[in-house]
Amino acid sequence: MSQAPTEIVRISGHAGSVPGAGVDREFRVCKLVDTTTCIGCKACEVACLEWNGYPFSETTFNNSYQTMPETAWNYWNLIKFNEHEREDGSMMLLMRKDQCMHCADPGCLEACPADAAIVQYANGIVDFQEANCIGCGYCMTGCPFNIPKFSPDARKVFKCTLCNDRVSVGLEPACIKACPTGCLHFGTKPEMKELAETRAKQLRENYGIEKAGVYDPAGVGGTGVIYVLHDVTNPEAYGGLPKDPHVPWIVRFWKGPAKWIGNLAMLGGIIGVTLHYFRYGPKEVHPVKDGNGGQP
Amino acid sequence: MSSRAISPTRTTGEPGERILRYTLSERVHHWFAALTYIYCLITGLAFWSPYMFWLAALVGGGPTARFWHPWFGLAFAVSVFWMYKMWYGDMATTDADRRWHKAIKHYIENDDQNLPPEGRFNYGQKIFFWLMFYGVILLLISGLGLWFVEDIPWSLRWLRYLSVTIHVTAALATIAGFIIHVYMGTAMVRGGFTSIIRGEVSTAWARTHHRLWYEQVTKGKSTQK
Repeated sequence: MSQAPTEIVRISGHAGSVPGAGVDREFRVCKLVDTTTCIGCKACEVACLEWNGYPFSETTFNNSYQTMPETAWNYWNLIKFNEHEREDGSMMLLMRKDQCMHCADPGCLEACPADAAIVQYANGIVDFQEANCIGCGYCMTGCPFNIPKFSPDARKVFKCTLCNDRVSVGLEPACIKACPTGCLHFGTKPEMKELAETRAKQLRENYGIEKAGVYDPAGVGGTGVIYVLHDVTNPEAYGGLPKDPHVPWIVRFWKGPAKWIGNLAMLGGIIGVTLHYFRYGPKEVHPVKDGNGGQP
Repeated sequence: MSSRAISPTRTTGEPGERILRYTLSERVHHWFAALTYIYCLITGLAFWSPYMFWLAALVGGGPTARFWHPWFGLAFAVSVFWMYKMWYGDMATTDADRRWHKAIKHYIENDDQNLPPEGRFNYGQKIFFWLMFYGVILLLISGLGLWFVEDIPWSLRWLRYLSVTIHVTAALATIAGFIIHVYMGTAMVRGGFTSIIRGEVSTAWARTHHRLWYEQVTKGKSTQK
């Protein structure tokens, strides 16, 4: 998606305006999931496995349509099903495609200690570089969405790449390609945000779904995956989508002030004992035979 | 007891007369704990700060460090528990410790003439022992949370946050103790470092630094404590 190297600023010997000048080139990509038109067919789950080369895992039956309880290291795209009771007592099936949210302020990246194991590209994709991953699992503590998953065999952590390999060559992610209802959309962040708001407005005004709205949580700086929800005031009903996600404050403190307090304390300790030695030096042993032998 | 010749110096005392301060078993346990702790320190600092991530390269790189850190930590914990079994009788606070503690300023300023006599371990050594003992319990419990983070269910994720907090705090506390311990054992109290390797100290050293213990072991009793 990144076209910066080919973007023309000035050209020589040219009459008139520069072709393409003033065009708003938005690099940030975004996936829009309209939960109101999802039918739960799981084509996105299959497409994700196919494109990324993982076998179809064994399903876990839990009296629901859901394939397994949560995403796995080799199962990055999972539709969460919830039999939700409306206020009037009738039932509705909420279905939300769960995957990495590609936060603008990614908790996984903040928590990661390994050099370049997690990269955030200018197009907003947050990608794990498994070659640099040390398998510590700090990203699993930093993520507010329960997305990174540890592979015991590889001893590394994996998650949705937003099909970085496809997006970087101008293709849409595999899940988008497979969706038969058009509930999945892909484009630039402003485009998707506008489309989502239009859809939410339509739901509110034409269908009487008063609480319909767009989920693009500000707590993590907005996300590269946004949802249209029937009830934006209750995202938890959609398979535990957090209402106000943010990087855990403990992770922020640990990776921020705690680090500097700790480093200064360690440095202070080393300087302290060195200064003590300069000032007082080693202790002296008093010879046994000398009269009082140091006895006070 | 070995009777190798040691040249007399002001810091190691008279030649000839030597007292066994640490048995072979005690020395082995000390160094097993020291080496496993240092491994955890190096790898732990690598995970702690990007500016120290290069330390992981010393022990085979990040993934290798991540694999072995918990195992070495487990070995360190076992060795500390062994030391507890070996030494807890010596580590209770005594009246001599309380008197010594009140005069600790003299100890820090090397004004040892004005220090009340101490037993086999002085109060500072005991504090270090208990710091490492309780520190390793916290490190072990929180370390299990970091080791098997993927097995902590999402609904109990507060355990992940708690593990990180406790592990970091306890590690920093033990590092503070470690810096002082290494400084005192090598630079400040000469003779201490050789005693934890070869086991022996001079009678003058014992009398100067641990007079009550010196009197106890030289009063017609065997020096093989």
